[in-house]
Amino acid sequence: MNLWPWILLSAALAFGTKLLGYLVPAKVLANPRMSRVAGTLTIGLLAALTVLNAAVSGQHLVTDARLGALLAAAVALRFKAPFLVVVLVGAGAAAGLRLLGWA
Amino acid sequence: MTFLKSPAVRVGVSISIATGLYGISFGALSVTSGLDFWQTMALSLLLFSGGSQFAFIGVLSGGGSGLAAMSAAALLGIRNGVYGMQLNALLRPRGMLKIAAAQLTIDESAATGTGQTDLLEQRRGFWVAGIGVFVLWNVFTAGGALVGDALGDPKHWGLDGAAVAAFLGLLWPRIKARQPAVIAGVCAVATLLTAPFVPPGIPILVAAVVAGLIGWFRHGHEHDGMEPDVEPYAHDAAAHGQAERFGRGHDDGAAEGAS
Repeated sequence: MNLWPWILLSAALAFGTKLLGYLVPAKVLANPRMSRVAGTLTIGLLAALTVLNAAVSGQHLVTDARLGALLAAAVALRFKAPFLVVVLVGAGAAAGLRLLGWA
Repeated sequence: MTFLKSPAVRVGVSISIATGLYGISFGALSVTSGLDFWQTMALSLLLFSGGSQFAFIGVLSGGGSGLAAMSAAALLGIRNGVYGMQLNALLRPRGMLKIAAAQLTIDESAATGTGQTDLLEQRRGFWVAGIGVFVLWNVFTAGGALVGDALGDPKHWGLDGAAVAAFLGLLWPRIKARQPAVIAGVCAVATLLTAPFVPPGIPILVAAVVAGLIGWFRHGHEHDGMEPDVEPYAHDAAAHGQAERFGRGHDDGAAEGAS
């Protein structure tokens, strides 16, 4: 399968989507409802990305070392660790748990 | 305030390093999913959106078609359009800057930019995170693709755990209050409930629809979700940031930025 057309089409769609956002008149956003929607979207998407990365593999729910990374990161955040430390704690937890034999 | 002392710059740099580093896992996973080096680089240079890139190679390695891979990537990229609207209202880039800003519009640059209090900091945050992530993401994608098989399983290094931690780190400051936390919980549950039944990439859109409906029908709370995410970095900007959020910052931001 030649993947180049799909790669280039995907890139064009991605850039087009981004640019479209910049071409929508600012007035469209200047109302409370749009602000609310944009805000809840941010929360919802970040929450979805978090659990997808932590507990989903393809179409399967899984509990593996990534769940440990999630918990470890939460603890680090609870203690107000800097972002990079949180990320390193997440990586360390996942790698460590795998060393201990948890997939 | 000097450039390097700026909280937005420091946050942008940390996010760039954290995100750029896990470009290694994308590069390595991409070549193991069947793409060659330059196809991998094309995704990082041109498509440039981590979630969409992982979705693209994820569908392929799961046996999906090029069309399915493209669809998942495009659907995951819709949120960048939303970020684009926010950033355009906030930063108001002009001419060619608009083109560059569009390409650099991703989770990390949008979160860093919209997370700041005044216009100068918003611009610094967006551009530092956007350019920083772009450069490091591509450098580490190349590294990961080259190392590829030699690295073995990137999971061994916990890079997938790093991604989890990064997304939680971006979410965390936005769910201090009860209502945003409930919204995050509802969307997380919606994601987990739909994931087994729909193609990869769709659960995130389900979560987006749920979140959008909540935002559409609830009253007040215009600024939930637009909190600066500098709080975990313990810089003083977070304290001021609570007052000025999305949609207002650019009104008086210029004056504050000069201080």
